[in-house]
Amino acid sequence: MAVPYAKLPAWVDYGVIPLVNLIIAFLVAGLVVLLVGENPLRAAALLIQGAFGTGDGIGYTLYYATNFIFTGLCVAVAFHCGLFNIGGEGQAYVGGLGVAVACLTFDSVFPWWINLPLATICAAMVGAAWAFIPAYLQAKRGSHIVITTIMFNFIAASLMVWLLVGILKPEGSMAPETRNFVEGAHLPKLGFMIELFGYRVRNAPFNITFLLALLSAFAVWVLIWRTRLGYEIRTMGHSASAAKYAGINQTKIIVITMMISGALAGMMALNPVMGAQERLQLDFVTGAGFVGIAVALIGRSHPAGIIPAAILFGMLYQGGAEIAFEMPRISRDMIVIIQGLVILFAGALEHMFRPQIQQAYFILTGGGRSAPAETPAAGE
Amino acid sequence: MGAFDTIILILDSTIRLAVPLMFACLAGLYSERAGVFDIGLEGKMLAAAFAGAAAASVMGSAWLGLGAAIVVSVALALVHGFASITHRGNQIVSGVAINFIAAGATIILGQAWFRQGGRTPALTGDERFLPINFPFAEALRDVPIIGQIYSELLSGHSILVYLAFLTVPFTWWVLFRTRCGLRLRAVGENPGAVDTAGISVTWLRYRAVICCGILCGFAGAYLSVAQNAGFVKDMTAGKGFIALAALIFAKWKPVNAMLACLLFGFLDAVAIRFAGIRLGVVEVPPQFMQALPYILTVVLLAGFIGKAIPPKAGGQAYVKER
Repeated sequence: MAVPYAKLPAWVDYGVIPLVNLIIAFLVAGLVVLLVGENPLRAAALLIQGAFGTGDGIGYTLYYATNFIFTGLCVAVAFHCGLFNIGGEGQAYVGGLGVAVACLTFDSVFPWWINLPLATICAAMVGAAWAFIPAYLQAKRGSHIVITTIMFNFIAASLMVWLLVGILKPEGSMAPETRNFVEGAHLPKLGFMIELFGYRVRNAPFNITFLLALLSAFAVWVLIWRTRLGYEIRTMGHSASAAKYAGINQTKIIVITMMISGALAGMMALNPVMGAQERLQLDFVTGAGFVGIAVALIGRSHPAGIIPAAILFGMLYQGGAEIAFEMPRISRDMIVIIQGLVILFAGALEHMFRPQIQQAYFILTGGGRSAPAETPAAGE
Repeated sequence: MGAFDTIILILDSTIRLAVPLMFACLAGLYSERAGVFDIGLEGKMLAAAFAGAAAASVMGSAWLGLGAAIVVSVALALVHGFASITHRGNQIVSGVAINFIAAGATIILGQAWFRQGGRTPALTGDERFLPINFPFAEALRDVPIIGQIYSELLSGHSILVYLAFLTVPFTWWVLFRTRCGLRLRAVGENPGAVDTAGISVTWLRYRAVICCGILCGFAGAYLSVAQNAGFVKDMTAGKGFIALAALIFAKWKPVNAMLACLLFGFLDAVAIRFAGIRLGVVEVPPQFMQALPYILTVVLLAGFIGKAIPPKAGGQAYVKER
C-alpha cells in the first residue's frame, strides 16, 4: 500500500467502511455455520426472530445491549486517548462489588431511587479505582497498559472468588453469592416501553439502567467533543508529543481518562447485579467487557455508533441463545466467534478494503479530484 | 508421608504445570523479539489443544495429533501476521481477535464433530504421549533422596516435557549464536537498520510469527494429548496470559523464561496442593496464590524488581520509506 489514504467523506469513513468490515465478518461466520452443517440463512433468520420476534426477545436484546453500551463506552473513551483498555472485564467485575456493598447496606433503608444513584457512585468509584493502578503505572513508569489491565482482569477474578466464597457469602449458604437484595434495591423494569408497541413482556430483565446507559453515552459525547478535557484527551490520542508540546499534563490526562473508562465499566455492573439477578454472583460479567472492544471498534468510538453496535451485539447474544434451541449444532458460543471476527475485520484489518472502497468512491463520484484516485492502490 | 515426599510431589507437578507455559512463553519470545506483540498465545494454544486431541482421536496417533496442533496454530499465527505485518493493523487488537475466534471455534466445532458437550473423545494408548520411564527408575526408587529425585522427578514424563526443556537452550542458541537470530533480534529493535542491510523485514517477521505458531502448537498438544487425555472446553484457562506474564518477567530472555515458568508453575502446584497456607498467624488463601503470577508481573512492570524493557520496535508495524 504505497498510496497514502486519501481523505474520504465522513459517511464513507464512519459508515461504509465499518459496514463492509461487518459484512465480511458475518460472511466468514456464515462459513463456520456451513462447516458445522447448518444453513447460515436459516440461522440468521432464527437469530433475528429470537432477538426481535417476541416482547421478551426484545427485552433481553436491550438488556444485553445495556451492558455493551457501558463497556463499549469504556473502551472508546480510552481509545480517544490512544490507550487500549482491555481491563473492562475486570473493572466491571469489581464494579459489582460497589453495587453489592451499596445495595446490601441500604436496601432495607432507602427506596430504589436513592439506592440507584448510591450504587452508581459506588460502582463507578470501584471501577475507576481498579483502572487507576494500571493508568498510574502507564503514566509514571511506562508499564504497558494492555499487559497491566490483562493482569488486573485475572487479579479481579481471584479477588472476587475470594470475597464471594468468604465474607460476602451469607452464613450457612453454600452458593458463592451474596444474599438477595430486598425491595429497596430492586430496579423498575422497562418492559412497559416494549408493551407500548403491542408486544407482551413477561420476565425480560430490561430495566432502568438502559436509560442510564443512554445518558452515559450522551455524557461521553459531551465530554469528548464539547469540553476542554475531551479536547486534551483527543490531542493525546492523536499525538502524545504534540500534547506535551502544547503543555498538556500527560500523567493527569492518562490517569483521568482511564478512571473515566474504568468508571463506565464499573457502572455496567448495575444492570446484571441490581437490575436482573438482584444479588452478586460469580462471573456475572460473562465477557461483556471484551464485547465492549468489538462494540467500540464497530462504533468507531463514537457514542452514536456505539449504541447501534451494542444493540447489534445484544441481538447476537439473545438471538444466539434462541438458535441453540433450534439448531443443536450451534450453541451460543457462535457469538464468541462472530465477536472475534468482528474484532479482526473491523479492528486489526480495518484498512484492508480501504484502497478498494477509496477507488470505488472516486470512480462513483466522477473521477479523481486528487492524485490517489489515479495511482493504482497496489504495491504492498 | 514425609516432608521430602511432599516436596518431590510438588516439584513433580511444578514441572508438569510449567511445560505448557514454557512452550508458550518461548513462542512469544520469538514473536516479540522480532517486534510483533502477541497476546493471542492463549488462543493459539487453545486451538492447538483442540486440533491435537481431535486429530489424535480420529487418526489414532499422538504424533499426528501434534502435527495437526502445529498446523492449526501456525495458521492462526499467519492470520496474526497477515493483519499485523502485511496490513499493519493493531497487533493487540489482532491478538484479541484470535483469542475469541479460538475460544468460540473450539467449542462449536467440538460439539458439531464429537457431540460430547465440547469435549473430544477420551484418548487411550497410542493416542496419547505416554510417560517415558528412565532405565533403572523402578530399581532405584527405594534409594533415599537420589532415588526419588531420579525416579519421581526426572523420569516418568512424556517426551514433550523433555522437549520443552531442550527448546530452552536451543532457543538461546538460535537467538544469540546464529545469524538468523541476530537479524531476528535486530528487527525487533531497529527494523530500519535491517531493511537498510537488504534483508526483508516482512519475511523475517513472518518467520518469527511462524516459529511462535509452531511452539504454541506444542504447548496446546501437550495440554490435550500428553497432560490430559482429550480436550475440554477452555482448557488453557488463562495459561497463555500467564506465559505472557512470564515472558515479561523473564525480560524476554530464554533461560529466564524457563525459570519464570517454573516459578509460576510452582505457585500453581502449591495452590493446588494446599487449600490454604498458614504463614504465622495469617492464612494465605489459594486465590491469592493463583493471582500471584499476575501481581508479580505488575510489580515487575512497575519497575520495582528490576526493569522490564521490551524490544524497542515491539508493537509497531514497519513502514518502508518511499
